[in-house]
Amino acid sequence: MTTVQQRTAADAPATTARPLRRDRGVANVFSHTVLVVWAALTILPLAWMFVSSVKDNNEILTDPWGLPAALRFDNWVRAFNEAQIGRYLLNSLVVVTGSLTLTMLLGASAAYVFARYSFRGRQLLYYLFVGGMMFPVFLALVPLFFVVRNAGLFGTWTGLILVYAAYSLPFTVFFLTAFFRTLPTSVAEAALMDGCGHFGLFFRVMLPMARPGLISVAIFNFLTQWNQFLLPQVLMQGDESKWVLAQGLAALAVNQGYAGDYSQLFAGLTIAVLPVLVVYAIFQRRIQSGLTAGQLK
Amino acid sequence: MKQGKYPLIITFLVPPLLLYGVFVLSPYAQAFQISTTEWLGYSPDAEFVGLEQFRRLLHDGYVWNALKNNAILLAIVPVVTIGLGLFFAAMLNMGGRRGRAGVAGVRGTSVYRLVYFFPQVLSVVIIALLWKEVYHPNSGLLNGALSAVGLPTPAWLGDPRTAFWCVLAVMVWSNVGFYVVLFGAAMQAIPRDIYEAVLLDGASRWTTMRRITIPLLRDTVQVAWIYLAIAALDAFILVQQMTKGGPNFSSDVIGLRMYDTAFGAETKFGYASAMGVVLFFLTLSVAIVALRIGRRERIEYS
Repeated sequence: MTTVQQRTAADAPATTARPLRRDRGVANVFSHTVLVVWAALTILPLAWMFVSSVKDNNEILTDPWGLPAALRFDNWVRAFNEAQIGRYLLNSLVVVTGSLTLTMLLGASAAYVFARYSFRGRQLLYYLFVGGMMFPVFLALVPLFFVVRNAGLFGTWTGLILVYAAYSLPFTVFFLTAFFRTLPTSVAEAALMDGCGHFGLFFRVMLPMARPGLISVAIFNFLTQWNQFLLPQVLMQGDESKWVLAQGLAALAVNQGYAGDYSQLFAGLTIAVLPVLVVYAIFQRRIQSGLTAGQLK
Repeated sequence: MKQGKYPLIITFLVPPLLLYGVFVLSPYAQAFQISTTEWLGYSPDAEFVGLEQFRRLLHDGYVWNALKNNAILLAIVPVVTIGLGLFFAAMLNMGGRRGRAGVAGVRGTSVYRLVYFFPQVLSVVIIALLWKEVYHPNSGLLNGALSAVGLPTPAWLGDPRTAFWCVLAVMVWSNVGFYVVLFGAAMQAIPRDIYEAVLLDGASRWTTMRRITIPLLRDTVQVAWIYLAIAALDAFILVQQMTKGGPNFSSDVIGLRMYDTAFGAETKFGYASAMGVVLFFLTLSVAIVALRIGRRERIEYS
């Protein structure tokens, strides 16, 4: 769409802008310089992390800007096995798979009902759900700790999955309700006429139609849940073997403070960043629009 | 569509309601109640103390110190982040040569966008740990560069005068890219013919930005401000992982104060909940203020 717009703009007479050409040259150099500087500021720390992850501790300590004499991928192996980053990656994957599935299932069904059916108390329930977006999670932290503990879910993945899903519901319901409302009613009516039941209508007609919205909100939820740190820190204390990735990395950093094993920390961070980087590089557009749509609610 | 809808409404609404009620609504409600008690969590009964915890908050120097830092974040982070975001978005979307193509982006826009946005998909824990190493007094990236050109090498996170500002800088760093993309999308939505008209009138780049683009982006900027303000009232993970609030509480924030009060050496759940309630009202006021100031009629391009 942008190309079309640009082409129409190009067809417009541009003669009046001509006297400003010299200014423009200066402005272009200037704008490119600042853009490159910020790009460098963004890339540099990450590139440094990658390079440091294959240096040995001595190289890291004596020459932070230097390149490694040899590529020491054994740092990665150590981080993956000894610091158990591999296990934590897997744990995070298990938890987020569970919580994301639950979030999407419950979020989509609730949103669908709010968007498509009228019944008594609908407004009230809807605002009850959506109101949760306004509350800082810190407010709930202390009671949540006890709710989860009393339910026997403290230190369990089930507990984390349920809590992640519960806290993702307000936004998911809000976003998807708006999305389901934009879908044409005529299709739904035709399906009901043809003898499709209410459940069949949802699963066979409405869900497929809502796919773009579902994908956007799923990306948004995946990233928030994958990067969650506060909730596991409170609800998943103790048993190290069940920790999620963010906890494992924080613990690795604490240990590094004692042991001085810098290369292992950098390797651990790199292992955590790599999969995100790959997924991001492939789905860049989708992720950007998913997240910005999330913000523009 | 009348008959047979209730089985669906009930099956679809009851499970999410239950989950939400148990893990979100009830904790929020309980938090207010716990904040009126003195409770260390050992016994099931908490002693009711009314508003005593809030009175104590008023005289707690550590809390005020933390709130002061949140106030500084609130004053600086949204303004700087939005400013940089608008600036870069304008460069990317309208910084190109306009003689030929009206208003166009610079070359390589998509690459810049790809790079700038990346910190947004990283976990804040990773960002915090990485920057903690960047700021490392001896082996850090920053001091490595400074010493190479013969400049003094400060302790950064180890110095109470600089620690807080280092954290603030990381907060801006990690957020700018997101707002570049957000504002960029909003700029793309502005009809091109508006710009053509302005260009024909001979307006300069700066005038176009100030008089056309920014006013048309007002809604987006308002949303951005609310989100950044809420983030500034939080900042918990960055501070906890980079400085633990130190040295000597110089970089403390209210979220960390609350976390340490509840889950630190002493488990003062009543007092921590009172802080949570304060944080809630602060968040609420920030959102209300933003919506009040920004209220006006929506612009629709038709």
